[in-house]
Amino acid sequence: MPKRTDLKKILVVGSGPIVIGQACEFDYSGVQGIKALREEGYTVILVNSNPATIMTDPAQADRTYIEPLTPEFLELILARERPQALLSTLGGQTALNLATALAERGILEKYGVELIGAKLDAIQKAEDRQLFKQTMQAAGLDLPRSRMVTDVRELREAGRELGFPVIVRVSFTLGGTGGGIAYNLEELRAKVGAALEASPVKRVLLEESVIGWKEYELEVMRDAKDNFVVICSIENVDAMGVHTGDSITVAPAQTLTDRQYQQMRDEARRAISAIGVETGGCNVQFAVEPKTGRRVIIEVNPRVSRSSALASKATGFPIAKIATKLAIGYTLDEIPNDITRKTPAGFEPSIDYVVTKVPRFAFEKFQSDGEEYTLDTAMKSVGEVMAIGRTFKESLQKALRGLEVKKSGLESDWKGPRPTGADEDKLLRKLTMPCADRIFWVKAALEAGLFPKEIARLSKIDPWFISEIQELVEFEGRLRAEPLGPQLLREAKSLGFSDAQLAKFAGKPESAVRRLRWKWGIRPAFKSVDTCAAEFEASTPYFYSTYESGGDDPRPKGPAAKRRVVIIGSGPNRIGQGIEFDYCCVHAVQALREAGFEAVMVNCNPETVSTDYDTSDRLYFEPLTLEDVLEVLHREKPYGVIVQFGGQTPLNLALGLEKEGIPILGTQPSSIDMAESRERFGALLKRLRVPAPAWGIAKTVKAARALARRIGFPVMVRPSYVLGGRAMQAVYDDDALKEYVGRAFQACEHPALLIDRFLSDATEVDVDAVCDGVDVFIGGVMEHIEEAGIHSGDSACTLPAHSLTPDQLARIEECTKKLALGTRTVGLINVQYAIKDNVVYVLEANPRAARTVPFVSKATAVPLAKIAARVMTGTRLKKLIPKALWGSPQPLPYTATKGVVLPFIKFRGVDPTLGPEMKSTGEVMGIDADFARSFSKSQSATGMALPTSGSVFISVRDEDKGEVLAVGAALGQLGFTVFATKNTHAFFGRHGIETKPVFKLGEGKPDVIDLLKQRNISLVINTPSGQRARSDGYRIRRTALELNIPTITNIHSCQAAVHAIAVLRESPLTVKSLQEHHERLGYTISAS
Amino acid sequence: MSKPSGVLALEDGSVFRGFSCGAEGEAGGELVFNTSMTGYQEVLTDPSYKGQLVVMTYPQIGNYGITAEDNESKKPFLEAFVVRELCRHPSNWQSVETVEFFLKKHGVCAIEGIDTRALTLKLRDKGSLRAIVSSVDLDGKRLVEKARGLPSMAGSDFAQTVTCDKAHPWTEKLQAGPSGLGEFLVPGRPLHVVVVDFGVKYSILRCLATLGFRVTVVPAKMTAEEILALKPDGVLLSNGPGDPEPVTYAIETIKRLIETGTPLFGICLGHQLLGLALGAKTFKLKFGHHGANHPVKDLTTGKIEITTQNHGFCVDIDSLPREVKTTHVNLNDGTSEGMAHTQLPLFSVQYHPEAAAGPHDTRYLFKRFGEVMVEKKIHA
Repeated sequence: MPKRTDLKKILVVGSGPIVIGQACEFDYSGVQGIKALREEGYTVILVNSNPATIMTDPAQADRTYIEPLTPEFLELILARERPQALLSTLGGQTALNLATALAERGILEKYGVELIGAKLDAIQKAEDRQLFKQTMQAAGLDLPRSRMVTDVRELREAGRELGFPVIVRVSFTLGGTGGGIAYNLEELRAKVGAALEASPVKRVLLEESVIGWKEYELEVMRDAKDNFVVICSIENVDAMGVHTGDSITVAPAQTLTDRQYQQMRDEARRAISAIGVETGGCNVQFAVEPKTGRRVIIEVNPRVSRSSALASKATGFPIAKIATKLAIGYTLDEIPNDITRKTPAGFEPSIDYVVTKVPRFAFEKFQSDGEEYTLDTAMKSVGEVMAIGRTFKESLQKALRGLEVKKSGLESDWKGPRPTGADEDKLLRKLTMPCADRIFWVKAALEAGLFPKEIARLSKIDPWFISEIQELVEFEGRLRAEPLGPQLLREAKSLGFSDAQLAKFAGKPESAVRRLRWKWGIRPAFKSVDTCAAEFEASTPYFYSTYESGGDDPRPKGPAAKRRVVIIGSGPNRIGQGIEFDYCCVHAVQALREAGFEAVMVNCNPETVSTDYDTSDRLYFEPLTLEDVLEVLHREKPYGVIVQFGGQTPLNLALGLEKEGIPILGTQPSSIDMAESRERFGALLKRLRVPAPAWGIAKTVKAARALARRIGFPVMVRPSYVLGGRAMQAVYDDDALKEYVGRAFQACEHPALLIDRFLSDATEVDVDAVCDGVDVFIGGVMEHIEEAGIHSGDSACTLPAHSLTPDQLARIEECTKKLALGTRTVGLINVQYAIKDNVVYVLEANPRAARTVPFVSKATAVPLAKIAARVMTGTRLKKLIPKALWGSPQPLPYTATKGVVLPFIKFRGVDPTLGPEMKSTGEVMGIDADFARSFSKSQSATGMALPTSGSVFISVRDEDKGEVLAVGAALGQLGFTVFATKNTHAFFGRHGIETKPVFKLGEGKPDVIDLLKQRNISLVINTPSGQRARSDGYRIRRTALELNIPTITNIHSCQAAVHAIAVLRESPLTVKSLQEHHERLGYTISAS
Repeated sequence: MSKPSGVLALEDGSVFRGFSCGAEGEAGGELVFNTSMTGYQEVLTDPSYKGQLVVMTYPQIGNYGITAEDNESKKPFLEAFVVRELCRHPSNWQSVETVEFFLKKHGVCAIEGIDTRALTLKLRDKGSLRAIVSSVDLDGKRLVEKARGLPSMAGSDFAQTVTCDKAHPWTEKLQAGPSGLGEFLVPGRPLHVVVVDFGVKYSILRCLATLGFRVTVVPAKMTAEEILALKPDGVLLSNGPGDPEPVTYAIETIKRLIETGTPLFGICLGHQLLGLALGAKTFKLKFGHHGANHPVKDLTTGKIEITTQNHGFCVDIDSLPREVKTTHVNLNDGTSEGMAHTQLPLFSVQYHPEAAAGPHDTRYLFKRFGEVMVEKKIHA
């Protein structure tokens, strides 16, 4: 069937901010989808609140709404744009839930909007557990036994019926939030209680446990003619019981016979036919009992997903793009396969390599009381790495070294025989309880002499995977016993051992092993990802390295070589290094391609746009280690390498690359080092006469205490060379300092502590600028809402700065220029300032892309990363940026506010407060006429919409009491009822502000927690006092978090919120597209 | 850990060194690649691979071992097996032995440690090549010469070497499960299908038996009269190895069966033989179709079927007589995948509707054969 001509305008819904369970894979799928729609001539309207996405670049959709993803805002957009259809299957669970809400509220009908991709009926059948069960049973599929509960009183009987452990599943939540495993009645009661809270429909499904069963996923597509194909099968190394997002997974399935696999395929087909997925991609999950082969269907996601992004990258088949084409009426036989160009998309990819995905966790940031985090059915990982090798062994080792967790492959530090006593207990527990580093413990167990069977029994990992690891362990025996000759080295490389791993066995430095390897001519072959196992010629250049005897694939024919630039990506997402850096890399690729360069991308993150097969001229899916990157460079022989866009990952490689004679474009490694080394940076600041907080470096406890005394408390303490404020803390006195020092030395390789004077209550400012060595262009001066001391990544901020004086702005500008030139920056630089008592202090300068670059670029319509990429390849800034923009920062005719989202809900027992260590996973942007409105939008976009009426609970630390008075008074005037605990109530009373008293915890009933639980409070204002864990404040914040009540933990945000509420009450918010905002700027910059 | 050496030598002069992982010895034939990611056991026991060495493009083979349920014939017929890595520690609840043990038990030469992708690229560019695998002679040059001395696939009748000795009934059905075929119920006696065995796969016979047909398997050289004497309601022309052209006896038999109006269903080699009997021509493909992911378009319904394929020769669509219509085409290269006669009760497909290994999208064709037989019966 040809495409539909009755549709002209289609609304695409994005997935909003990056959260655990929903990351850049939806930017990737959205970009593909939008491209596919525009190719077909449709007008595309996009709504997504996340500015750090490529999809929200103004050139992607016809009109881009960076607005909150709520039914209310969606309705405003529908009313304004009047599209004929809404495509909901590209934006993850967020978009699907939003589409459901719009349909159920009759809004789609009101505006005559058709749901395409997945119909409401199909969404409901897949998402509603009871409907799903009925649908699957009717289609003849086996499921785990289950029972729906709406009340905790039904649990005793349910437990008897299903047997423990019992799985708790919640409808319509993301990444399984609120779900879990209960091993006894008590746990079941706790879990179901919490789950009933989390579920928007107040129903919870209890299921027979299939924990320990083999877990499989099929990525499938179906079109309107009932054509059906499986794109990829995925087998989880971690058995059922660990969320698939937290599991190590491989593609294709490894341990099923063809008959078993085809039966699964038949069932997947039946399942999605029954659900009614007619036009798009779908993810179907199965569990298989390992001894009998009994197979049950677990779930169906009628949309593109994280797994489909993985499947796309694993096979080369662009699922999101094809799913979009199916949604507008095409059938699979009508769409060509982009990779081969000659064969149609209606086929099943065959791959001739093994793909391994390993999740990356961030537990270290959310440790509470030394609790050991185990994995379960609620996803907790923040990123992932994918690796391709010709065998599982090779791809696993590649994935693990790409994870950037200080492992050069599958390494364990285990020495000696099977342990006894407590050590044995620990080993066995590590195998039994799924945890972030279990794969390394599997290897340790094999080294300790445990049998693969025993490990399989404990871990429920299929013996096949353990035996594969056993082969690596056995080979290490040879590495220990034999001298490293060419034959042994060649074998080691084909098993995926890195130079760094081999160096440890050979007792040589890594570089020496590499020299030896090169001398012996042992280099990887580069093979292509072609969807068809070499059966047809592939025209899309997408490669992986492998140590194989038969050499490289022939290079695709293309036009004569142009000047070539290699861009190194940012690796797995983690807190502090996420989509923003991929955005910058993609922009660099785009700018360079447009400028006539050949742009080559190296990255290992399957979720990203940068690893899409048609983003760059050539893509290498490789771990970002020095070894792997050098091999790519050896093959590509580029004119230069760009390391400043991918965050810390490529920067860490810069010196090593330089040593190998690789030309680094832009800012040189020595300048990067100058900015990162406090001694060198301190000297620079002194030379430039730029004010900075007093600071020093201490290498011992004694020196630290002396230094802190000299600087004066409070001080900010951190280990040098860390990312995202890891282990960084404001310390107020000597005792706290002593306690800190011990812990801090652990988190750091270099035993050095940085101690800065902490400018409490200062205003923090972030500046992004580009320098070409002569001129400096200030991209944006952002004022933080939270005061200095909160990690800049966790702070909300506004552009333009809303409270700085022209004089302060001028000083900031001057300072930024000095620093850019002083550090010999060529490319991007980010400078952070703190303003206290009208003094502008420099906190730090980083000559590289900052997290804020996408936000600034989107707010100002100046594509900073693109401009930087051009500058780094020799174009002068004056040529790229129009005259009108030089001079002081442009006044914007609107305000953009960045808000952040935090993952506290996923981590039990963690206090949801901000500090110098970054914890947020993603960001949103609110854009509107003034600060109050844009701030209000940013709050709505983070899911914490500000209330315009109701009750507020206020409890603040003593330091904030002065400032909270105005807040309380204002809220009272706005008609809010203000609740406060005894002392605060009295304090307000003394100042003539009326509040209602409420009991503190333990003072009597109903107390503040009861008040929250009764949903009588629509806003909580609670600033944390001191370091005391498990305080009343903690319980209040945690309860509010779990009940999804907007909570402000910081006095500055509080003032912004009150201001915004006042404006909100005057007139409701409206929507406007980014393109319309930008039109008012009077300039366009393409940087090409 | 030291493994016995093995060599794979090709007629174009290239030599691949690896490790022997099957029976000791030497074996030659035409080298073809198969792109199925699962189903190596079905490939190993598919009689259509007679005369051929098979290289699996998927690098890790043997992961689930060998099962008691998945053989497609009584033994492997292929000449040798070429893989990147053979698994010694299979894991599956149905697994009974390792592939290595199976290969040795049946005397099949095999080699591992081969860069099968590089090898596949060569075959894709140059077409199928004669090749030899050896664990006894490791001299590459000499092996290349031996490979060049092998007979060509074109013009060789391999069917007669893999067919059964004498006619016999078949009753084993497909295992029950989600992929099963329902029964094809007819009043009175069950329909009788005679299967001419050119190297038939068990799954074809199982599909027929599952539908409730009475199945008799007969040798390839059985004459039309002998077949008709069995009073079949229909005759299935099976898959099989090699070039259809030299199988002249079968072509004669089929011509005679067509004259009698007996319902015919051809699969793979059976499709090609039927084409030749109808006056069409066949030709050799560059490197054939061997895999489980080939998209085929059913021209009557417009739907895509994902099919299992294993053939080196092909019916020339342009040579079909006017009364024979092409019913299915391969979406990758437009070659013939199915045909039907406009007047006579006969049809055939180039692909494998029984799958094994591969998707079960096209098993309905066995039912269609039932319908054709019923219709004929009613009219008769």
